[in-house]
Amino acid sequence: MDASVGPVFWILAAVTILSGIAVVSLKNIFHCALFLILCLFSVAGIYILLHAEFLAAAQVLIYVGAVAILMIFAIMLTSGLASRTIKQVNKHALTALFACVLFVFVVIGLIFKSNVWNWARVPLPEDNVMTIGKLLMTKYMLPFEVVSVLLLAALIGAITLAREEEA
Amino acid sequence: MHHYLYLAAILFAIGTFGVITRRNVIGILMSLELMFNAVNINLVAFNKFVATEPLAGQLFAIFIVVVAAAEATVGLAIVLLVYRNWRGIETENFSVMKW
Amino acid sequence: MSNYAYLIALVPLLSFVMIVFFLRWKEKLAAGWSIASILASWTMSLIVLIETLGRHGEPLEYFFYLTTFKGINFEIGILIDGLTAVMLMVVTTVASCVHIYSLGYMKDDPRFSRFFSYLSLFCFSMLGLVLANNFFMIFIFWELVGLTSYLLIGFWFEKKSAADAGKKAFITTRIGDLGFIVGLMMVGAYAGTFNYGGVFEKVASGQIPTAVLTVMAAFIFCGAIGKSAQFPLHVWLPDAMEGPTPVSALIHAATMVAAGVYLVARSMNLYVGAPEAAMIVAVIGLVTSFIAASIGLVQNDIKRILAYSTVSQLGYMIMALGLYGYDVGMDPHAHSAGFYAGTFHLMTHAFFKGLLFLGAGSVIHAVHTNDIQDMGGLLGKMKITSVTFILASLSIAGIFPLAGFWSKDEIVAATHGHPIFNIFTLIIAFMTAFYMFRLCFLTFFGKPRDQHRYEHAHESPRSMSWPLAFLGFLAVSAGWVGIPTLHGFSSFVFFGEPYHTSFHWDVMIISTIVAVAGIVLAYLIYYKKSISADMLAEKFRPIHTFLYNKWYFDELYSFVIINPILALGRFLWTFDARIVDGLVNGAAWLTIVWADIKWWFDKWIVDGAVNGAGWIVSQGSGLLRLIQNGAVQFYALFVLGGLLVLIAFKYEDVYVSLEWPWLSAIIIVALGLLSLVAKRTASREAAAETETEK
Repeated sequence: MDASVGPVFWILAAVTILSGIAVVSLKNIFHCALFLILCLFSVAGIYILLHAEFLAAAQVLIYVGAVAILMIFAIMLTSGLASRTIKQVNKHALTALFACVLFVFVVIGLIFKSNVWNWARVPLPEDNVMTIGKLLMTKYMLPFEVVSVLLLAALIGAITLAREEEA
Repeated sequence: MHHYLYLAAILFAIGTFGVITRRNVIGILMSLELMFNAVNINLVAFNKFVATEPLAGQLFAIFIVVVAAAEATVGLAIVLLVYRNWRGIETENFSVMKW
Repeated sequence: MSNYAYLIALVPLLSFVMIVFFLRWKEKLAAGWSIASILASWTMSLIVLIETLGRHGEPLEYFFYLTTFKGINFEIGILIDGLTAVMLMVVTTVASCVHIYSLGYMKDDPRFSRFFSYLSLFCFSMLGLVLANNFFMIFIFWELVGLTSYLLIGFWFEKKSAADAGKKAFITTRIGDLGFIVGLMMVGAYAGTFNYGGVFEKVASGQIPTAVLTVMAAFIFCGAIGKSAQFPLHVWLPDAMEGPTPVSALIHAATMVAAGVYLVARSMNLYVGAPEAAMIVAVIGLVTSFIAASIGLVQNDIKRILAYSTVSQLGYMIMALGLYGYDVGMDPHAHSAGFYAGTFHLMTHAFFKGLLFLGAGSVIHAVHTNDIQDMGGLLGKMKITSVTFILASLSIAGIFPLAGFWSKDEIVAATHGHPIFNIFTLIIAFMTAFYMFRLCFLTFFGKPRDQHRYEHAHESPRSMSWPLAFLGFLAVSAGWVGIPTLHGFSSFVFFGEPYHTSFHWDVMIISTIVAVAGIVLAYLIYYKKSISADMLAEKFRPIHTFLYNKWYFDELYSFVIINPILALGRFLWTFDARIVDGLVNGAAWLTIVWADIKWWFDKWIVDGAVNGAGWIVSQGSGLLRLIQNGAVQFYALFVLGGLLVLIAFKYEDVYVSLEWPWLSAIIIVALGLLSLVAKRTASREAAAETETEK
């Protein structure tokens, strides 16, 4: 048992899982989005527990600040959905539930049984953020550039798709 | 470390469940985000406990975040388009592309 | 400046992008931008040339690694030595002239901006090809120039002949490129790098077996065969004259077709290491040169004559390079002029052949025909065009002291020690002088043969005549950098040891006599008419027909390659129509007969079984159809199920581990929560649905 699994972890894990369940099961899509934000926040907390401060900040900024807000915007734009009370799950619900629970079962069993990890690890550098910045500009230059091109493409694609047809 | 992996597995399963069962496309997108987060937790946890190369996991988690943002943008744009054409965003609407 | 040399190539690329995206409809601006960028490239090339001269041709390399694949580094970089600097200068000079010339020539074309964007794209590709520091990069640019060549040959694609010529050029060069690719793969496999220096080091240290090297060099030469229109792939170049004339001047005379020569010069290390391959190169160069010159003697289309002349001159250069590789490969201390002669002739040829094409374009612009039998007497009407054209003709014929004289002499000198090559080189020089002056006398002198066209002829606008004048100056003077014993060009562009030039008086005298003889013969036949051209043609009818039909190469290819393929296609079609369809029809007919005989049997006994089977299939497919319902989520469910099954197969012991109580507890809690939620949702749903029904 390592040190980072303390009460904070259990609380965060519980919040993550419960809000996650809420995201997939609540009827009101607007509430789902709010729970998604909660869930993403607690994942950010878990990142901090794992000494990934930069990632936690990015998580809050990008996911909570941008993606989730985008979702809420989309919900608002597709008017009337926020309050609609129609069936939110489809006919596969029970089968999927069964399969997913089985999946959790199996994967947890797998993780429990495996002891093949290479435990000799490199300690994380103290100045995480600085190292990440350096790595992005040196070793991971190419993926970094590719990802920025992807973002640009997504931006243009989204604008093209969502633009109102001109009369 | 196992605990983080358990958490990730559960979160992933929840996300999968959402993707399979939601009738609402925005709901599916949200569930997808959950799945991405599960993967990221795994990456960061491995990075902390068993990585042989410092920070590689975190870096790729960052890339995943970016890709997820791009995916959400395009996905929501498509949702808007579908909504404009069909006045609804239930997945049943999408099956007209079946033929 | 040299470390920014990549800008020389990038500036035209920027111009291409700008024109395509922003200046499509602003024709004046597009042309201006394009011309400005090629002039900028020209200025930078000049600086690079001066700097390289200051370094005495010392190579300079800048590159970075793009990626590593299977231990082979892929680089992007530039290499600047004497050869590169000279090529840069040649390409940008001719390109600048052609750009300005096109202003006048393409004035009323509906796709004016597009033309300039293509020209810019071509300049980018060609300059990149010249600057490249490795085989991988040269190949990319190699294909890019092929693409732009295709686009520009087929620029007037409404004309079927132009579109066909574009395709012919593209496909024919592709055959050569296939060999080039194989050569490149061998380079990668045996040298483990694509960098020129790295490969040549491997070759020099003898790490590559000679047999492999020979095959490799021969395959790389295949690329040059295609691009430089060498025998047997020379057939595309004359057809490529369907493109606009400035394109012919730039791409199909001065620069792109010289890329093959450049490639051979650049990989000279390979040929020195494999003299047999070098001999192949030399022989193909000579054969091409001879065939093309002989065809050029009798053609009537002004641009085609020039095209065959180009093929012939390219053959000259390649032969010189090949002979150098052979001589030095056989005896490392051999003192051969080949390398110097080939690259020197490449430079001078670019100037005077570019000039000839631009002059031809000017003539065509004035009289609206390509047929020299319809021209005549244009000297009085078009002063600048005529004078520059005749200067260029004198230059290509090799008359003292014009550019062609110096370079052609070196080529003749390079054949020293190979009598057959020597004799044929002189014969070709004679034929060159003859057909060039046949062209000149028929076009510019004598009486106009078509009065109507003659009256409408006029000098071209200044944007066309000034580039002519400038190139005319170069066609006269470009050779002076190579005057023997001054050691200008030869100490700058060299391979291994600089070549020590000296006056070969014997060669000079003989080749001048040969050239003058060719001109005099043309004068007698086509100006004085003391020998009748028709009489000669009649006398040598079979040879004339043979030459006029270009040695029947097109017919040969269509007979040997194209017809068999078509025939195979037709045969397969017939096979399909007759035999396969026959079989099917026969089977159907048999079935009918069978059914007719046994119909009652079928009806009462088989029908039952058949219908039963059909019913089962229909029901079964109805079930299967439910799976293929097009709903992605449903598929996702199956993916998840499949994953579970896979895990179950792979780690069957995992399921055993589930006995731990705390694990079970977690799972039960999760299960309970989920099912609770699901139940609640389900009941709400039911309520909601009844509500909506109301």
